[in-house]
Amino acid sequence: MTIEVRSIRRWAACGAVAFALGSASFVASAQETIRAVMDSPLRMLDPVITTSHVTRNHAYMVFDTLLGMDINDKPAPQMADWTVSNDGLIYRFTLREGLKWHDGTPVTAADCVASLKRWAARDAGGQMLMDNTKSLTAADARTIELTLAKPFGHVLEMIAKPSGIAAFMMPARLASTAPDTALSEMVGSGPFRFVADEFQPGVKAVYAKFADYVPRKEAPSGTGGGKQVLVDRVEFVAMSDAQTAMNALLSGDIDFFEQVPTDLLPLLEGNEEIRHQALNALGYQTMGRMNFLLPPFDNPAIRRAALTAIGQADVLAAMVGNPDYYQTCSEMYGCGTALAEGEGKDDVMASGDQAKAKAMLDAAGYDGTPVTLLQATDVPVLTAQPVVVAEQLRKAGFNVQLLPMDWQSIVARRANQGPVDKGGWNFFITNWIVQEVWNPIVNPMLNGGGREKAWFGWPTDAEIDAMRAEYAAATDPAAQREIARRIHEHAMDTVSYVPLGQFRLVSAWSAGLDGVRPAQVPEFWGVSKRAP
Amino acid sequence: MLSYFVRRVLAAIPVMFVVALFVFLLLRLSPGDPAAIIAGDMATPDQLARIRTALGLDRPIYEQFFVWLSQLLRGDFGTSLISQTNVLTMVNQRLEPTISLAIVAIIFTVLIAVPLGVIAAWRHGSFLDNFVMSSSVVGFSVPVFVIGYVLIQIFAIELRWLPVQGFRSLFDGVGPFAQRIVLPALTLSSIYIALIARMTRASMLEVLDEDYIRTARAKGLAERLVLFRHALRNAAVPIITVIGTGFALMVSGVVVTESVFNIPGLGRLIVDAVLARDYPVIQGLILLTAGFYVLINLLIDLSYALTDPRIRY
Repeated sequence: MTIEVRSIRRWAACGAVAFALGSASFVASAQETIRAVMDSPLRMLDPVITTSHVTRNHAYMVFDTLLGMDINDKPAPQMADWTVSNDGLIYRFTLREGLKWHDGTPVTAADCVASLKRWAARDAGGQMLMDNTKSLTAADARTIELTLAKPFGHVLEMIAKPSGIAAFMMPARLASTAPDTALSEMVGSGPFRFVADEFQPGVKAVYAKFADYVPRKEAPSGTGGGKQVLVDRVEFVAMSDAQTAMNALLSGDIDFFEQVPTDLLPLLEGNEEIRHQALNALGYQTMGRMNFLLPPFDNPAIRRAALTAIGQADVLAAMVGNPDYYQTCSEMYGCGTALAEGEGKDDVMASGDQAKAKAMLDAAGYDGTPVTLLQATDVPVLTAQPVVVAEQLRKAGFNVQLLPMDWQSIVARRANQGPVDKGGWNFFITNWIVQEVWNPIVNPMLNGGGREKAWFGWPTDAEIDAMRAEYAAATDPAAQREIARRIHEHAMDTVSYVPLGQFRLVSAWSAGLDGVRPAQVPEFWGVSKRAP
Repeated sequence: MLSYFVRRVLAAIPVMFVVALFVFLLLRLSPGDPAAIIAGDMATPDQLARIRTALGLDRPIYEQFFVWLSQLLRGDFGTSLISQTNVLTMVNQRLEPTISLAIVAIIFTVLIAVPLGVIAAWRHGSFLDNFVMSSSVVGFSVPVFVIGYVLIQIFAIELRWLPVQGFRSLFDGVGPFAQRIVLPALTLSSIYIALIARMTRASMLEVLDEDYIRTARAKGLAERLVLFRHALRNAAVPIITVIGTGFALMVSGVVVTESVFNIPGLGRLIVDAVLARDYPVIQGLILLTAGFYVLINLLIDLSYALTDPRIRY
């Protein structure tokens, strides 16, 4: 018996030592690595084939862009500086010296031309730019020359914008991949190198400091300025459960949590070890889209009745809860943006008028055709809005059928142009980063290209497309604003879509991280980590 | 025994083919479009059509099936539509966490549930028996995620004895592995402890009234030997069956535990694949899981012969 007790003690001692060693090694490795939980797990790596935000954020680590957007949303030099000819038709971008791809080869203008062409094949703004472009060539090893066929007032903005698809640069051998086929490897010239061996789709992505990266001298500002890397590694760690991610942040297992659900924010109040802030100041726009192909919303008068019935305040209260993080906003370009009209317009859609909507519906001759409203059940920032909107529409006299399903089923279903009984739909709700809707070129809902070219809902609206082309050609900011106003009025009149308000998502991070700052995308350059 | 083994393995081939066909058709007939998921929010109908073509999703279903079948026959489970990673590589990355969790959970289950069941049967009708049985009701009734969060709150957040989440390989050291596997394994095993404790008690009660037990006691054999050498061994067949199928269920049903403790295992992989309509990953995983069930059932049947001399193949 004595022997058994000794044996047990020996095993217990070994276990304790092993536990202690395990803890020590964990702490040691964590000091040089930022572990971050992003808005969703990273599965797709090619930033040109998808508009997924986490893929875009991954791409900003690995790839660089010719231009960035400073914190005031103005184009800023990044890989290149630029000049514009006096007639505004020739743009020359000169690459910085010393730029290298992660495979060690030098970055050339020919690589960037190929990258711009691949990007433009997928991005709506890029397509519009190319439609107005006469030639895009490499004038020499460091100079990219873009010659416009006709005036286009948004060349720099399109190349610098962080959403929907940013113009990431990659070697020509990768950029020659068909735009609808995913890249076979991740070789960029960004401040971090993608560690392919450690990538586990949906679990973990690892980025190592790129030793040969030469940052700009300026301080970082938005996606512009110097990208100085101050840690050895950054890991995107996937956590499907928000409470688990919050527990991990509180216990020091992770350093950064990109999107903290509003209901978990009270856990951070008064906690001196954790900082939190909405880093993207403009935040998100939540919105509803009707199907223009099917009754009842093929009738503009019925669309207007629906718009009148819907009130943003109730939607946002149910969705976000805390008024510190949302605002009513009837601006299709988002409030706080360059094209927003500002004070006085924000509250136009704050409350719905169901009585007036009912009268409008009667006048429009609504025959009780059911409205099938798709409701996402698995994405917290999309579950509440359909319930509130359905109730508001019902009060106005609409016959609404709420159809709950997972978000990916909605993504598939909303692409169906058929009738409802064959998998179609009448109304669905989604969210956009404000930078994805902030002008008539990038805002997908303002495309009037019908069944073939328009965004889901497929309006055919030649008038709005003509105004968008006019906006694209305008080079004078005052003229751009005036055209944007006309587009906005037209879009509200035809109900291109229903803005449901604006909200911000809060990021939280360990107090041990220095340099975390507001930007259009989560940035890990310029961020250092102190030992706990 | 060998011919029995070979016959069972051969019988598994048509089973696997039917599973493959069924899974393939079920996925193609269910709503969902991987191309729409890949393309993201801004895709136009033109772009969606081009991505479908690039992925081969515009081909007839029978053609897609035969392409997949011919890949399978070459040992190729295909490539994820979403991440462009080989399916077997993805499974390989996720296998260790799930198998580790299931093994440790089954060890906890056997070490805790079997003695509890034996003791409850031995002290049938006593306070101890009632306590074990009522505890097992709690084990059945409380959802796994609640148990997980309670354990995290106590041991990880309040006491800070163990990490909140994550997985470390055994190859990284026993300490880091044990630190991160204890809480999820306890969480996962809770329902199986309840199940197997009740199963063991019921089986034991049946054999404790048998004549050979009375004889063993009359011969003056120690009660411990009566219980564990004579009674438990004869009660073992149904217990082994439940433990075996329980292990298979653990491997295929750990998704909640994996989510709560952020363990990158097969459960999360299959849920993610289903949500993303990642056909090759779903097909591959279900096929592999079916194969695993066939194997576990075969091993259970073979193990009967080891515990019960009356069973011969």
